[in-house]
Amino acid sequence: MSGGGQPPLAPAGVMRSWLRPGGDGRGRRRGGGMRLVWWLVFLTGSFYFILPLVATFLFSLRDVPPTAAYTDLFQDPEFFSSFAYSFAVGVATIVVSVALVVPTAFWVRLRLPRVRPVIEFITLLPFMVPPVVLVFGLISTYSPPPLSLTGSDFGSTVLLVAAYVVLSLPYMYRAADTGLSTIDVRTLTEAAQSLGSGWMTILLRVILPNVRVAVLSGAFLTLAIVLGEFTVAIFLARPAFAPFLALLGTKDPFAQAAGALVSFGMTWIAMIIISALGRGSQTRISVAGAR
Amino acid sequence: MGYLELTGIQKRFGTTFAVEDFNLVAERGEFVSFLGPSGCGKTTTLRMIAGFERPTAGRILIDGVDVTDRAPNKRDVGMVFQSYALFPNLTVADNVGFGLKVRKRSTEQITKRVDELLQIVNLPEKGKRYPYQLSGGQQQRVALARALAFEPQVLLLDEPLSALDAKIRVALRHEIRSIQRQLGITTVYVTHDQEEALSLSDRVVVMSEGRMEQVGTPFEIYNFPSTAFVASFVGTLNVLPGVVTDLAAGGVTIAGQAVRIARGFHGQPGGPVTVALRPEMVSLGSDDALGANHLTGKVTDVSFLGSIVRIRVGLGEGGPVVVLDEFNEPTLKLPQLGETVTISFPEEGPLVLDAKAPLDSVEALIAEA
Repeated sequence: MSGGGQPPLAPAGVMRSWLRPGGDGRGRRRGGGMRLVWWLVFLTGSFYFILPLVATFLFSLRDVPPTAAYTDLFQDPEFFSSFAYSFAVGVATIVVSVALVVPTAFWVRLRLPRVRPVIEFITLLPFMVPPVVLVFGLISTYSPPPLSLTGSDFGSTVLLVAAYVVLSLPYMYRAADTGLSTIDVRTLTEAAQSLGSGWMTILLRVILPNVRVAVLSGAFLTLAIVLGEFTVAIFLARPAFAPFLALLGTKDPFAQAAGALVSFGMTWIAMIIISALGRGSQTRISVAGAR
Repeated sequence: MGYLELTGIQKRFGTTFAVEDFNLVAERGEFVSFLGPSGCGKTTTLRMIAGFERPTAGRILIDGVDVTDRAPNKRDVGMVFQSYALFPNLTVADNVGFGLKVRKRSTEQITKRVDELLQIVNLPEKGKRYPYQLSGGQQQRVALARALAFEPQVLLLDEPLSALDAKIRVALRHEIRSIQRQLGITTVYVTHDQEEALSLSDRVVVMSEGRMEQVGTPFEIYNFPSTAFVASFVGTLNVLPGVVTDLAAGGVTIAGQAVRIARGFHGQPGGPVTVALRPEMVSLGSDDALGANHLTGKVTDVSFLGSIVRIRVGLGEGGPVVVLDEFNEPTLKLPQLGETVTISFPEEGPLVLDAKAPLDSVEALIAEA
């Protein structure tokens, strides 16, 4: 539920004890001690995440002149083209994943709750199959005629998207399933049916809008995977962003560090957009039905 | 021919019968309630009318058309759910207009009908709100408006008031009945609350263990229960073991004391019968004006229940206990615990029950109440 005035990062009870006005000195001391612990946790966490970024940034400035890594990066046409390519592949992966996973998770929750553990196991399989095995499997299966998918750029990109759909399956399925767990799927479906809706209308107008935030978070994870994935892209000889960055490192390590930071920034921008898109409906969905 | 007909409906889950031999004919504009405890098959029957469950056997006809094999979205049946089931992502107006949008009505028609319905359910200013911004009672009114917006042939309500607090429940049930009368829509209402069923319905179907126990008007159900189950489930009831002494004259002894029962009953002279007696039929005192039947016993309990005082009288050592209600008025003289009293009731008061449901289950229900 939104609001409520609870500060982030700490259980409500702990935080309230900081604010307690009176009380005995022992309580205040205990509150002060907890405060110190929370600050330590916060600073350690911040240090863990920020230090590598700061180090990368400082390294990227070692070039001569210090901004050369960034100017070189932005002047390289491959930086934008590879990013655009990976972004497009990411969007295609998200579309295919959503079209595949949301109806599946919906149907499993609605009609096949007993097979849920089986489906969950299947969605975990990509963790057990290394990308290098996956890509060689795809190449050996789809390269020979009659499909010969690796024979054209389009065919190879189709294979790349297919591989990324598989790799993103654990994240996308869990995101969709978590989203579905926050709503009463069965009753909402029946309500829509009694109002005359067919399955397509139910999925597009009732289910999908109500799991939008969850699906968006799954989409974000998928995009992050696609932008950073190297193995499948390199073996399928695709002009993707991760192989470009890896190649850049062999020529200009400073520009590579700059590229890593810039891509990190882009990822943050994407996350902020998703958060902004989802904030309103998140509040509505979590509160609905609570009264 | 009725407007809504259920003929030989049966629903089996594996080897368990959820509903058995259910037959009902409801007229156009009639308000029928399915009343019974949890697991009696009332909701399953309602879901079969809605199309969410497929009957194992039997047919469902609406206005003469067999809809048994039709999908729920092809039935023209509106449904209100216990948990409201409003779409959280849509405003109140969008929720109410959803069925019309699905039917591809024009925006003008939708707006007009939504305004009309929101007026009917007394929420004319709430169209732009989201469900989470409404109270439970308001959400259920929106759900009702949504179910009525596309002018369904039949309205189904599945325990629509059970999630609401007592005061709102009473107010809303009057509103539901008034709207139903205003629109003249055939309605099936599922509830386990006897007060709700009796106050709302034209007819009540009392169900137990998947079977129809009795169908009748609220007056018939309350005053002339045909089975032990109905008698015990609807209202408070004294269930007293008796022995037939004179079948022709309606003579029975209860705890060795003779009473006469005006309503005819089946039994063998010297054989056991179960006599049901409503507490409000019994009066304290031996005046013949209070009733021709008199029983003597000792007061075992006196409890105040607001407008009434409930008195328990034990008939002999270890004998049955008769519960009676007296109106709580300032001049009322209450008996003391252990005092020997005489209680009276008219010959028309007692009823001998059919043993369709086993007596021990009836007694368990009474104990629960």
